[in-house]
Amino acid sequence: MYMGKQVDMETSRHENKASLYTCVRVYLSTLPLWFLPLAFLALAFFFPLSKILALTFLPSTLTPENLRNTQSVVLFTFYQAVLSTLLTLFLGIPSAILFSRFDFRGKSLLRALTAVPFLLPTVVVAASFNSLLGPRGLLNTILQSSNSLFLPPSSFILPPFIAILLAHLFYNTTIVIRIVGAALSNLNPKLDQTARSLGADSLRVWLNVTLPLLRPSILAASLLVFLFDFTSFGVILLLGNSLLSTLETEIYFQAVRQFNLPLAALLSIIQLLCTLIVSILYSKYAIRSTQYQPRSTPPLAPRTFKQKLFIVTLCSLLTVYFALPLASLPFRSLTRLEADRGQRGEVQYGFTTDYYEELFINRRGSVFYVPPFQAILNSLTYASATVILSILLGFPAAFALAHPTRLEKILDPLIMLPLGSSAVMLGLGFIVTYGKWLASPWLVPFAHTLIALPFVIRTLQPAIASIPPRLRQAASTLGASPLDIWKNIDLPILRRATLAAATFAFTISLGEFGATLLVSRPEYPTIPVAIERFLSQPGGLNYGQAMAMATILMALTTASILLIEKFRLPNASEF
Amino acid sequence: MLEIKNIFKTYGDNPLLKNISFKVGGGETVCLLGASGSGKSTLLRMIAGLESPDSGFISFGGLDLASTPPHLRDFGLVFQDYALFPHLNVNDNVAFGLKMRRMGRVEISERVANSLELVNLKGFGERSVNDLSGGEQQRVALARALAIRPRLLMFDEPLGALDRALREGLLNELRTILQKTSVPAIYVTHDQEEAFAIADRVLILHEGRIIREGTPADVWANPNSAYVAKFLGLGNVIDGVVRGMGKDGKWKVESEFGGFVVGCKHKHSKGEEVHLLARPFVEERNRWSSSPARAERTLSDSEVEVEASRDVSRPEGSNINTIQGKVADVVFQQDKYKVTLDNGLYVYMKDAPKIGKKIAVRVKVECLG
Repeated sequence: MYMGKQVDMETSRHENKASLYTCVRVYLSTLPLWFLPLAFLALAFFFPLSKILALTFLPSTLTPENLRNTQSVVLFTFYQAVLSTLLTLFLGIPSAILFSRFDFRGKSLLRALTAVPFLLPTVVVAASFNSLLGPRGLLNTILQSSNSLFLPPSSFILPPFIAILLAHLFYNTTIVIRIVGAALSNLNPKLDQTARSLGADSLRVWLNVTLPLLRPSILAASLLVFLFDFTSFGVILLLGNSLLSTLETEIYFQAVRQFNLPLAALLSIIQLLCTLIVSILYSKYAIRSTQYQPRSTPPLAPRTFKQKLFIVTLCSLLTVYFALPLASLPFRSLTRLEADRGQRGEVQYGFTTDYYEELFINRRGSVFYVPPFQAILNSLTYASATVILSILLGFPAAFALAHPTRLEKILDPLIMLPLGSSAVMLGLGFIVTYGKWLASPWLVPFAHTLIALPFVIRTLQPAIASIPPRLRQAASTLGASPLDIWKNIDLPILRRATLAAATFAFTISLGEFGATLLVSRPEYPTIPVAIERFLSQPGGLNYGQAMAMATILMALTTASILLIEKFRLPNASEF
Repeated sequence: MLEIKNIFKTYGDNPLLKNISFKVGGGETVCLLGASGSGKSTLLRMIAGLESPDSGFISFGGLDLASTPPHLRDFGLVFQDYALFPHLNVNDNVAFGLKMRRMGRVEISERVANSLELVNLKGFGERSVNDLSGGEQQRVALARALAIRPRLLMFDEPLGALDRALREGLLNELRTILQKTSVPAIYVTHDQEEAFAIADRVLILHEGRIIREGTPADVWANPNSAYVAKFLGLGNVIDGVVRGMGKDGKWKVESEFGGFVVGCKHKHSKGEEVHLLARPFVEERNRWSSSPARAERTLSDSEVEVEASRDVSRPEGSNINTIQGKVADVVFQQDKYKVTLDNGLYVYMKDAPKIGKKIAVRVKVECLG
């Protein structure tokens, strides 16, 4: 036994030495690889963070009035996040059971449908809900204009708070389905059967065996959902009608509308502390939730009437809930249901492409100085710049992380830190630190790169690590010089991962809302910023254009996601 | 000709290779045989240039290779896990080394076709290497190494990942190919059957040293050490003590399994501990003697008594050099039965004895020193 272990250690040590031999001459040491990524992080993240910290602990910031304002915001943030999380569990756990325990037709399609919102930009989700349930949404406009014999003209206005909860539910249910569902299908079916043979009925099996075993995964899912609800920005801003404010939106209001940067800084530090604590708790439970022996329980076709009823009810509910908002957005963008801008008298109801055509026109008195179509061009330019920047910075870091030494083990969490802080806070950091350059449109791609970089690195790193050292050795014995190896082995194999990473960066940049809203100039709006501005203006035309823009963004994002799925390594991690 | 001289290699505090020297001549296939961890793969990687020795020389054709990087050595290396390039098809994998040598396209396609034909993969060129079976992948790896017409071919446990039937077939093909191309080759394995089937010469590595070197037949006939006999599975290795020399110049040895008489070149002294090899084949001393019953006998209980108290000083006695005991297990293997006795000794027999029966079998016993 002892000998065997020693031999294993020896062989693995050879492997390392040998792979180093072939790699070292190409990459020398990992330290130079880190120069650019670390310099970027220092300038774009750590320096701004220190500025925010400094601002927070000024005596003029920590006034009783500021603290009182903060308190109510913190309380509301927790309140809505807890409520949203509970609601998400309420829908998510039955859905997890549905998907992991039963087989039925259209299952994979329905499952994919529930995952779509999570991948869409928040503005698109907010716009979708608005298009269905908002004051100018399908439901309300149809009710108002209905001259039907059966229904009197009425109105339906969803309270903003309910809209927010529903949007969060829409967004995050897939997390519970994935995490709890995975735990459910990994449960050993023998435990269930043993409990039954010992005399427990199905309810008691569920309460005494299954649920306790699922607890870590349910906790992990709740914490992750809570984290997303806690830091949610676009949904609150766009559906909350400026009446409801969480930490995240309050940072924005204070920084941009009140220009009270110290209070914004204080809020963002509180926000950061909360998210850090929740993140740490999450990673603790995430590890525990995966520690059971994977003994998969295969999903079964429903047998009893009760099971069939459960499946039919839940499937219909999920289909309606997830498909309607997604379908109503493009539908609403193509239908005129109200007056364009305050006309009285006859309004042409029905199908229209006006909202799309209007995007190309620079009207006087519009909310832009430029034709709205320019926002799409801006977004595409920013996204391309983000791709180039994040790939340039991500590649060296991913290469170093793929063959980790002690240095990499320290740097790895550092690189991922921006992921843990909210986008609005990153934007605030830019404002506080690089305020004098705010006139330049070039701050935006840098902010986007900061957000995209961890994803780019995490996509490239496993691909680089997956190239076995043997491949390079084989190439070497066949006569390939180190440069030849890089050109003929590494680069071609990494092509797919690079494309996936680039698409990731592109998608993130396209949909990024929080940081952009703080950093971007009014004359250089991006698609999400334009949607926000259209939505906050009166008139059917503005609303229609918001819908049209959001539809375009939805289409672009969907195309990108499909591309990523095509390029991604099959075994890459999910979150 | 490859020459290895006084190679030392240490990992951490563990010496892995201690003073290794050997030569590989033109057209010769040399097999490095050893247990896992014996350093044989490391030796191979040093020859390939993927690692360097702490001290010692590796030369080819009289030229020291110390400063030649792996890609300029012209040595083909075939790995156990094939190491095929997953992004290239079969043709491009085989052509890789030729492209690295900046050869013309016509010549490359010709050589690729030749190599693929040599390994019986004609028509596989356009296939993706990921769709091939293990055996096919190993053939591609072999074709890829052959295509560059290497000065030396090296195999690192090339058949280790394949199942038994496939291994035998591929081994025969490999031998034919090596004969056809007459490339000198070094073949690393821990499987003695594989080694004996392919090698012109076998080197057995143990604890960092070459402890036995010779043709397969020679090594088989004279293992010369208890380790080699055990490692090669040549038979029962028995520890005994020398009791003295008989009048015929043979040594009398006593062991827990009884007394034995062996003739050998070694000089032993009385009381010295020696290892004996009892080959597991029934020895019929007198072919013309009428019944084989003299070699294989069923004992009655009283006879066992006699056997146990037998005088080992009678070298010509009929019970000398027998292994005996109760039959504990009988396994049919190909054309004979492997009979294991209750004391752990085993012997191959034509007919299966009943389990529990006491038997005594005369076998050939040699001294391992």
